[in-house]
Amino acid sequence: MSAPKNMGVNQQPAVAATGSDREAILSTRQLTKKFGGLTAVDSVGFTVAAGEIRCLIGPNGAGKSTLLELITGQLSPTQGDIYFDGLDLTALEPHERMDAGISVKFQSPHIYESLTVEQNLRVPLQRTDRETETVLTDTLERISLAQQANVSASDLSHGEKQRLEIGMAVTLDPKLMLLDEPVAGMSIDETADIAELIRSLHDDGMTFLVVEHDMEFVRKISEQVTVLNQGSILRQGPIEDIESDDEVRRIYLGENA
Amino acid sequence: MKLGSDILPSRLKSIITKLNGPNTLGNSRVFWAAFGVGLLLLVVQPLIRGSYAAGQFSLFLAYGLLGLSLSIIWGYTGILSFGQVAFFGIAGYTYAIVSLNLGGALGPTVALPVAIAVATISAFILGYFMFYGGVRNVYVAILTLVVTLVLETFMAQTAGAKWAIGSVKLGGFNGIPGIRNFTLGVGESSFSLSGSEFYWFVLAVLLFAYLGSRILVNSKYGYSLVAIREDEERTAMLGYNVKKVKLAVFTFSGALAGLSGIFYANWGNYMDPSVFTITFATIPIVWVTLGGRESLLGAIVGTVIIEWLRKWFSINASEFAIVFVGLILMITILFIPRGILPGIRDMYVFFNAHGLREGIEHGRDTIQSRAQTLLGSVGIDISDSETPGSSEVMRE
Repeated sequence: MSAPKNMGVNQQPAVAATGSDREAILSTRQLTKKFGGLTAVDSVGFTVAAGEIRCLIGPNGAGKSTLLELITGQLSPTQGDIYFDGLDLTALEPHERMDAGISVKFQSPHIYESLTVEQNLRVPLQRTDRETETVLTDTLERISLAQQANVSASDLSHGEKQRLEIGMAVTLDPKLMLLDEPVAGMSIDETADIAELIRSLHDDGMTFLVVEHDMEFVRKISEQVTVLNQGSILRQGPIEDIESDDEVRRIYLGENA
Repeated sequence: MKLGSDILPSRLKSIITKLNGPNTLGNSRVFWAAFGVGLLLLVVQPLIRGSYAAGQFSLFLAYGLLGLSLSIIWGYTGILSFGQVAFFGIAGYTYAIVSLNLGGALGPTVALPVAIAVATISAFILGYFMFYGGVRNVYVAILTLVVTLVLETFMAQTAGAKWAIGSVKLGGFNGIPGIRNFTLGVGESSFSLSGSEFYWFVLAVLLFAYLGSRILVNSKYGYSLVAIREDEERTAMLGYNVKKVKLAVFTFSGALAGLSGIFYANWGNYMDPSVFTITFATIPIVWVTLGGRESLLGAIVGTVIIEWLRKWFSINASEFAIVFVGLILMITILFIPRGILPGIRDMYVFFNAHGLREGIEHGRDTIQSRAQTLLGSVGIDISDSETPGSSEVMRE
């Protein structure tokens, strides 16, 4: 399979606009998605700096998942652009975006149930030129599934499936990892495992954009938080500032913080 | 490729390792031994049963290619296609038209590659519009069926002198008769294939197609097929160009189906629109379901079994042939839902792990419990005590 490595579409250097001095890896400009009369994402311009863990929070229906799907290419925007690593993503197919260095973990586990854990990891590894066996061993170790390498993926627990799916995305060595509610429906222990996994990948330089509801979890992993409300950005900043912001508390955290 | 081995040349050795892998069920020595025995029996069949019987049997082997093509596209990639018979028929018609127009020994030799090319291109065009047009899941099944039925309607009305290509009349319902036997080579050195020779030729082509397909599904490429079957969205989001892979597989399986159609035209020396009917379009689904759709060999074995039975029934109980086939299909789905070959394989693995006695007991229990649930669901209740063949008897 030919992997388009250099898609020199509209080279546009995007500079972080959040005041961070790190280089921006992902930025959106006036990104809008309308479903009929409903504007799910309304002229969003935001930036993720290379190497950060950015959490995206907001009440149900704020447009978090839509925004994520616009970035992956599952949805195409009504208006606006998305830049990733100096590349205009807007016109690219989902698989081309993944080639460019984005990986995604869906909200509910999407794994290959009929394959073993190891085979699940081999599927993405097949199309990279990375050292398959080494990466395989490392990844299994990393997601703590080395013991279950030859177990059928359908026999894993919910938490293990989530870890496996993150593992599959990790094997591609992405520059940016998108996680949609990675700890939904997980036990406290499983949540702690995921937080640790994210932190360790972050230490190795991976950038994260995480959609999450669980504020406890957000506190554990995040430095920068973006709050979405009714399709627009309400606030952006360090987690402490966000949590003490009156408007955010009223709209979103009011009931559970 | 291990250079140290001196028994086999390294290239052959590397081909052999490529035949085995996680995406085929039979990888063991036992499997290959059984395969060898089966192949040997097929090879010597004409010598034992005679040329005429072999000629009859070669149709089943030709159909085997059609079953194989459906196994790859449906069993491995998860795309249910009723269109395999369309490419089968297109290739058959093309072969007939080209070979009869050219005539002589040259005709069939040229017609073979042309017919394969036309079937392949047809599959590519249909596949391109479907997959790049966003047609998915059950709509692929419907669309391929519609294309097939449209071809039936079209070909059926091609009666009369105005429907001719070159000197060949398409003949409407009556089809094209007088298709010449397969001929290889040109001029003096050419020889025509019939009876046993045709049988061996089809067997050899089927063997190559089977081994080639094994290499395909066990390659890197094979992983992407299985991945698309299991979860298309996930696979795209791991960077696979799903549309492209689906198109490539659809085209390849169209070519295989085309090859099958060429043999069909050769076998009967005849081509008519019945190959585009709904009955013929659904029969491959029956073959592959019976044999085991996730098993390449299963698809071939299923094809041969069903076609052999259909033949037998049509001689001995003509009007009930299709009823019996339906009955066999139902029983298979109820008792070995994955199909015959995967069923045998599961049984073998279980017997190996647990020994013969426990294996028999387990098998009996499984059949008993399935039969019970089944009969229970239609309101018939049989308790354990009334069932004959209890474990005490088996233990003696």
